[in-house]
Amino acid sequence: MTKTLKAFENKKAFIPFITAGYPNADASVEYILAAADAGADLIEVGIPFSDPTAEGPVIQKADMVALQNGMTVKGAFEVVERVRKVKPDLPIAFMTYINPVFKFRGDAPEGVETEPYVPFFERCKADGIDALILADLPFEEQEEVLSVSDKYGVDLISMVSPTSEDRIRRIAKSPRGFIYVVSSMGVTGVRSSFAYDTIGNMVRLIRETNPSVKCAVGFGISTPEQAEKMASISDGAIVGSAILRLIAGGGTKEDVYNYVKSMKDAVDRA
Amino acid sequence: MNQKGRFGIYGGQYITETLMNALDELEKSYNKAKNDPAFVGELKRLLAEYAGRPSLLYYAEKMSKDLGGCKIYLKREDLNHTGAHKINNALGQALLAKYMGKTRLIAETGAGQHGVATATAAALLGMECDVYMGKLDTERQALNVYRMELLGARVHPVESGTGTLKDAVNEAMREWSCRVSDTHYCLGSCMGPHPFPTIVRDFQAVISEEARAQILEKEGKLPKAVLACVGGGSNAIGSFYNFINDKDVQLIGCEAAGRGVDTPETAATMATGSIGIFHGMKSIFCQNEEGQIAPVYSISAGLDYPGIGPEHAYLASIGRASYVPITDEEAVCAFEYLAKEEGIICAIESAHALAYAIKIAPTMDKDDVIIVTLSGRGDKDVAAIARYRGRDLHD
Repeated sequence: MTKTLKAFENKKAFIPFITAGYPNADASVEYILAAADAGADLIEVGIPFSDPTAEGPVIQKADMVALQNGMTVKGAFEVVERVRKVKPDLPIAFMTYINPVFKFRGDAPEGVETEPYVPFFERCKADGIDALILADLPFEEQEEVLSVSDKYGVDLISMVSPTSEDRIRRIAKSPRGFIYVVSSMGVTGVRSSFAYDTIGNMVRLIRETNPSVKCAVGFGISTPEQAEKMASISDGAIVGSAILRLIAGGGTKEDVYNYVKSMKDAVDRA
Repeated sequence: MNQKGRFGIYGGQYITETLMNALDELEKSYNKAKNDPAFVGELKRLLAEYAGRPSLLYYAEKMSKDLGGCKIYLKREDLNHTGAHKINNALGQALLAKYMGKTRLIAETGAGQHGVATATAAALLGMECDVYMGKLDTERQALNVYRMELLGARVHPVESGTGTLKDAVNEAMREWSCRVSDTHYCLGSCMGPHPFPTIVRDFQAVISEEARAQILEKEGKLPKAVLACVGGGSNAIGSFYNFINDKDVQLIGCEAAGRGVDTPETAATMATGSIGIFHGMKSIFCQNEEGQIAPVYSISAGLDYPGIGPEHAYLASIGRASYVPITDEEAVCAFEYLAKEEGIICAIESAHALAYAIKIAPTMDKDDVIIVTLSGRGDKDVAAIARYRGRDLHD
């Protein structure tokens, strides 16, 4: 079993998302540590991308601010290294888009060709990144990445969404880590209501195909009530925009701690 | 590597899971429609009776003699209804959307030409239409915004990122992932995830289908070269497609160098970019060393895009087509030259192709023939060119 799945050992999982470098590198390390202290079972660290097509306004802005303040892919690895020193056993995933992963060259000198994806996953292995979520890499295109990520022991997470329908069976057949269930149509960002039946049906279809697979639901969740409900019909809840909104509004690491604690308590009730 | 929708190693479907079934449905419907005589016939009728096809292949005799080299023919896409090649694709995709039972079109637009073409097709076919346009571009091209509104479309200024074409594409993709069941994303260039590069190329291939027959009729031989401007590359792929198997016909794409390929203010993807994966496709992009997409610049809002369609990346990789950068200054000079010499005000985008023709024509034989695609007309650019020359018009 990979370390990613340890996230699901402590009852239902609560998985916060925090953008590396938002609002700056030091602060994002503090926020991640606060979330871990509050009981987060796995942390998704966002590597900011210039054109995040799956994100709503909150994460778009976080990506933009982080990049403006100098965050880089290398910088995101350094953020994780600093977290790792304090939290050696915390499951950590990166979430980003394919291009920064495809283009990453590590420390290769200029002019030296590198094999696509190899430097990125080498560095993941060295820094103890357990999983990778790529918003713009669907199942059909995973192969070119999987051949490398598997070799370095990094779980390439698959997503399913309300439009996946018949695709769910193919996706759920041999997933790495857990399956990221996209709660609803559209981009990331807080929603006031959900079609819980639709989400329940997606999870049911995944489990029918593959009874041992873990499913965490994300996109739009912000309140403890929503998180509890999601956890009751799946194995955990993923929350990003609500946390970044808290940070954008001047939230301290104590605020993040308290929020994550309330959310972890909520999924534990499920 | 997944082979679906590939041009060599380029292309593919790098897109969110939420849109994958929509792309699958689009591909299946398109494959059905293109073999359905009713669909093909209706599109043909619209292109002929509504858009004004075939477009003229005009021998620019005065200009050819002035330049003192080969014979230059202009493929006059500027004479199409709505004033650009964009209508070929917009009518095709709108009809396809209707065929699929969709009731709403969304589109991105840069200069506004594709937005106007989509709004036009939506009006004609009785569909709802929302157009996403970079905030900066809505200011640069205010007239086209109003034009789209006249046609019944809603125009949404996009403030994220650089407020230009790539951000409009981002926002259109986001919107499509919110509402996919009744909505077709009418993508305007031969880019994005499969099947868009193929669909857009097929709908634009009418340009070279006509041009090839027209030049054979007029000159009894094939041209030495075909030139077209390239942003995403839809008029270029349309101009090239039916000449690809004619090995002796050079295919030349002219991209926007902006203030020069050695400055950061450029949109010359082939000259300054590298391989990457963005907007659904593996292709060539302007980006930094860590894969963040670069802000690009060109005087032409239609070429102001940091990538190029995957089929162009492939044609370049096998040496079948070549791509050359043209600066703002060269394009503006060509724009002015064509107006004075031939009495044609072409789009500033098309002037990039013309500028390269002006460079190479004098080096060619007088028996040689080249075709330059005028992708659109230049009314929309007059105010910007005046500004470039230091005159402020109140439009």
